[in-house]
Order: sequence, then structure tokens, then C-alpha cells
Amino acid sequence: MNNKLIVVVDYGMGNLRSVTKAAEHVAPSGCHIKISQNASDITNADAIIFPGQGAAKACMQAIKEHNLNDALLQAAQSKPFLGICMGLQVLMSHSNENNGVDCLNRIEGTVEKFQSSPEAKIPHMGWNQIHQHHDHPMWHKIPQDSRFYFVHSYYVSPTNPQMIQGTTEYANLTFASCLAEGQLFAIQAHPEKSAQAGLQLFKNFMTWPIESA
Amino acid sequence: MGLAKRIIPCLDVANGRVVKGVQFVDIRDAGDPVEVAKRYDQQGADEITFLDITASSDQRDTLIDTVAQVASQVFIPLTVGGGVRSVEDIRRLLNAGADKVSINTAAIHRPEFVKEAADRFGSQCIVVAIDAKRVSHEHEPLRWEIFTHGGRKATGIDAILWAQKMVEFGAGELLVTSMDKDGTKSGFDLELTRTIADNVTVPVIASGGVGQLNDLVEGVVDGHAQAVLAASIFHFGQHTIAEAKQAMQDAGVEVRL
Repeated sequence: MNNKLIVVVDYGMGNLRSVTKAAEHVAPSGCHIKISQNASDITNADAIIFPGQGAAKACMQAIKEHNLNDALLQAAQSKPFLGICMGLQVLMSHSNENNGVDCLNRIEGTVEKFQSSPEAKIPHMGWNQIHQHHDHPMWHKIPQDSRFYFVHSYYVSPTNPQMIQGTTEYANLTFASCLAEGQLFAIQAHPEKSAQAGLQLFKNFMTWPIESA
Repeated sequence: MGLAKRIIPCLDVANGRVVKGVQFVDIRDAGDPVEVAKRYDQQGADEITFLDITASSDQRDTLIDTVAQVASQVFIPLTVGGGVRSVEDIRRLLNAGADKVSINTAAIHRPEFVKEAADRFGSQCIVVAIDAKRVSHEHEPLRWEIFTHGGRKATGIDAILWAQKMVEFGAGELLVTSMDKDGTKSGFDLELTRTIADNVTVPVIASGGVGQLNDLVEGVVDGHAQAVLAASIFHFGQHTIAEAKQAMQDAGVEVRL
């Protein structure tokens, strides 16, 4: 497993520096991390990290402006793909943010808003637990119910519950904080800000080839 | 199981150095923001806040470098405040690796700035710092006003109404400092913290006055804050973050251990 190219997708939404630095911090030798906004780089990469910040509408617009729609969808079907925060939400069919936005539709389901209450402030901001549902290579060496750093006001609701790899409790509900299918793994929390647990997740991603071919 | 209350050490920086003396027995350079931030990370700090106390425009580049250095080695959220006056200031800090910026005086001069910042970068990274002082007399209903210049200059703005307005304008979090309590080591102004926390929909960080571990507990339990911020109690080795977490847990508060 030498000379693996991991592309961090830059579509102008949010700062990629922290994600890149965290991945570099734990990258095994031979693993190269490149920030790119080109569809061809996504197509040629061995693995993809797909972060994202900001509103759903702006994210989808930026993806279209950079002509990344097809390359992203293809990558999310065919190679190790790590979606982070908005990079999870825009994989869904539809988000209810910004009066409704159609998203990439890689995962069937919607994105819903939390209801605030005196006990549940919005955004859901801070360290919360992720309950791991299945044994998955991405959870390797991450203790059950570890805390990750979250900042978000919307959560994903997939049609197929089989895809749920982790759940988190907030605002009187248990929401899907991690989805996975094949080589796709997407997480609502920010592993790049989640200290040891987050760094371990990046490490797992970079050593998660699952080369069946 | 649920969201943990956060403990946030706050560091004053000037010219790329931590000032107001941090005293860890076993670190080489207590003025180095990277070393200090790493130490707090190891102790289990949930976030780190840097307050740039020089904040003059020609020293801005030094601050940006400091943020970049820390953010490339410490992987917990980083908030930077002090002299944040423009959308450009925010853009540069976020690009350097800050996760949130804290806006104070600039919001008082022009509240729309908060709106512009939140629209551009998202509410999740916009913290509004509220420096408040009690102005009600004895036997009157409690009332607080916003003060500037380290608590010396009154603005006439009611603190609770201001907090609500800032949330409406897009603040994703409020850092509430009691200027009566700041530096006194006698605990937070719990009525202030609680009144704001109970009247806004976003998280509130309590600040100003921490002298002992129980003050942190009270900020959460009685002040209804989602996070507590302190400086000297941690800097001078009086307590570690881990001890603070333990005190919280002993009091039944959920924390990240």
C-alpha cells in the first residue's frame, strides 16, 4: 500500500486547513494528501475526503459551479470516501435547509432541522457521544460511545436504517451521526476537531482500502 | 448520554506570545502558544480561546501566524477574539485555522457586522462577546448594561436585549463576561449568566470571576451555561482541566473525560 493519493475536495465551502492538517498528522508514509477543486483529481484519487461548512444551498451551488457533481457521485460509489459535516448532509436526496434544496442523492433520505428547547440549544455545539452500531473498520481503536465535536443545526434521516453506523442523542431524539455503505463513510461530527478519537478516525480512513478487486 | 458541558481555558496573546504568565512546571517555553495549547489539549480542554490583547492592525500578521501554528498541531476547536473588526479579519483567522471568532466592540459600533459575518461564514463560527455590568440599584429588579473599554465605559445598552438581538443577527454562541466579577476570583455573576442563557436559543459561555473549581460547576448548574471559560485558575497550576472535569462530574454534570 504505497503511494496512496487522498484528495481533500475544495469547493470553496469552509476552511480545509484543519481537515488537511489532521489527516497529515496521522498519515502513514506513502500517503499523500492533496487539496483540489478539480474533477479530474477526484477521479484519479485513491480516496476522497469531502468536508463542508455553511448552508446547504450554498454548498450545492458551489459544487455545481465547480462542476464536481458527477465526479463526486462517481467517487462516492467507487472508492474510499469520507464525508464530514456538510459533506454528509449534501450526500442526501434533499435538505430542508434554505426552504428546501435538492442535494447529490447518493444516499436516499432527507436533512431535517433540530427543534430548540431550553435544554437543547441550536446549533448542537460541543462534544457528544457516537454510539457505534456495527463493527466497522472506521471504528477501529475508537472506544464505543466516544465523544466527537459537533457543530450543526440540521441532521440526516436516511430512508434505509441499515446504513446507520452511529447514532447520537440530542434535542429529544436519536439521530444518525454516521452513515456508511461499501467504501462510503460519512460523519456529522468534525473528526479534525475531535482530539484523539478524530485523529484515529482519519488514521483508519487512510488504512481502509477494502480492495476487493 | 448527551452533549457534554465544555471547559475552555482562555489565553491572552500579544505579539505571538502568551502573556499574563502561564505556569506549568514542566514546559520549556510558557510563552509559546503551541506548547501551552498542546498542554491544555492533553489535560482534556474541550476548546481553547485566544484573546489577542494587542490587536493593532500591524500586529495582525503575527496573530495569524500564531493561529496557524496552533491549529496545525492541536486538534480541538480554537476560538480567536480581540480586534475582530471586519469580514476580512474573520476570513483570515478562519483560513489560518480558527474555528470561531469572537466579536465584541465592533458589534456595538455596528450591529449589522454580526449579520454580515454570519451570512458570509455561518452562525456556527460567530461568537459575540458580551461584557456586562450590573446597573440596577438594591431592591430594584436586576438589570445589566453592556460596557466597553474593559468595563469602564457604559453604552446604555441593556445586556439581555442585546444578547437577544445578537442571536437574531446570527450569533451562534454568546460569551458572557461579568465585568463586576472579572478578576475577582469570587465566582461568576450567576444571575447574569442564567438570565441570558434562559432567554436565548444559542449556547452561552460563562466567563469572569472563576476562583475555584466549584465556581465552574455553579456556572453550569445555577448559571445554565453550556460552557465555562477561565484563565488564571488553570494558568497558575492551581488546578488542571482534568480536576475541573472531575469536579463537574462529581456534581452530576456531563463532561468529556
